[in-house]
Amino acid sequence: MPAGAEAVKIVVVGPFAVGKTTLVGAVSDIAPLRTEERMTSAGAMVDVLERLGEKDTTTVAMDFGRTALAEDIVLYIFGAPGQPRFAHMVRTLLEGALGGIVMLDERRVHESFDAIDLMETAGLPYTVAVNHFPDTPAHREAELRDALSLTPTTPLVRVDARERTSATRALIALVTHLLSRTPEPTP
Amino acid sequence: MSPPSAHRRRGMVRPYAAAGGNLTPTRSTLDPATLLIADPKVPLTGLGAYPHRLMALCLPGVLSVAEAAVRLELPVAVTMPIASRLVDSGHLVARAPFVPAADRHDRAFLERILDGLRKL
Repeated sequence: MPAGAEAVKIVVVGPFAVGKTTLVGAVSDIAPLRTEERMTSAGAMVDVLERLGEKDTTTVAMDFGRTALAEDIVLYIFGAPGQPRFAHMVRTLLEGALGGIVMLDERRVHESFDAIDLMETAGLPYTVAVNHFPDTPAHREAELRDALSLTPTTPLVRVDARERTSATRALIALVTHLLSRTPEPTP
Repeated sequence: MSPPSAHRRRGMVRPYAAAGGNLTPTRSTLDPATLLIADPKVPLTGLGAYPHRLMALCLPGVLSVAEAAVRLELPVAVTMPIASRLVDSGHLVARAPFVPAADRHDRAFLERILDGLRKL
């Protein structure tokens, strides 16, 4: 990476076992890396253990990958849990992000509501990525959008999180969405 | 059977000790995706073990805070204050991740990101 390189950050949020780490791994140039963060029961990331009893802290894994998008642009893609008890940590992670990906399993649509709330509260542009699982009832897009109360401009794409080209479609949809919100250059 | 004591747990790192006894946030705000660039001209004398290791990791090239945390085997929340003090002392330069504002330069940069994604 040259010294003049710029980093961009995209955060993938969703319920347990929805395929966040799989998607991160599919997009990443390297095998996903993991850090173990300690948090208080209130969900704050902590760096001091001295005054906290073991029962007050929990460990949460943060997975991330890295992809070179150009010689001088490197993408960091972070996977984070969507459950409300991790909200504080995820909110910290969403700061400084280009945008978010909310992952969804059609068999348990309601489990992605919290992740959508996190994006909306943070005011971060996001894309919904419906991860394909075998034996999944295929909802119509309109039904999904209605269930999630998505605004018409929020992209919703179906992906296979295991496949690089397919997983990347969610990121392409996100950046296309960002461009549509950014003014055209004035001549 | 008695419950395992803190001392018996393997791989236990006391973050307060790892961060050199100082976890006070400094003026440098870091992100897990912040890139750290080492200044090779600033001498490393007097640095503690973890700051020294972090400098050794950053000197060959550019490294993000999250990657540095993985290499140091520390949580990101502990790596941040270590890096942030090295920024304050001039050992490291921190470059925050790009966040688009509504202007033309940013549009051009977003288009470069999109091109990069389409080539994956």
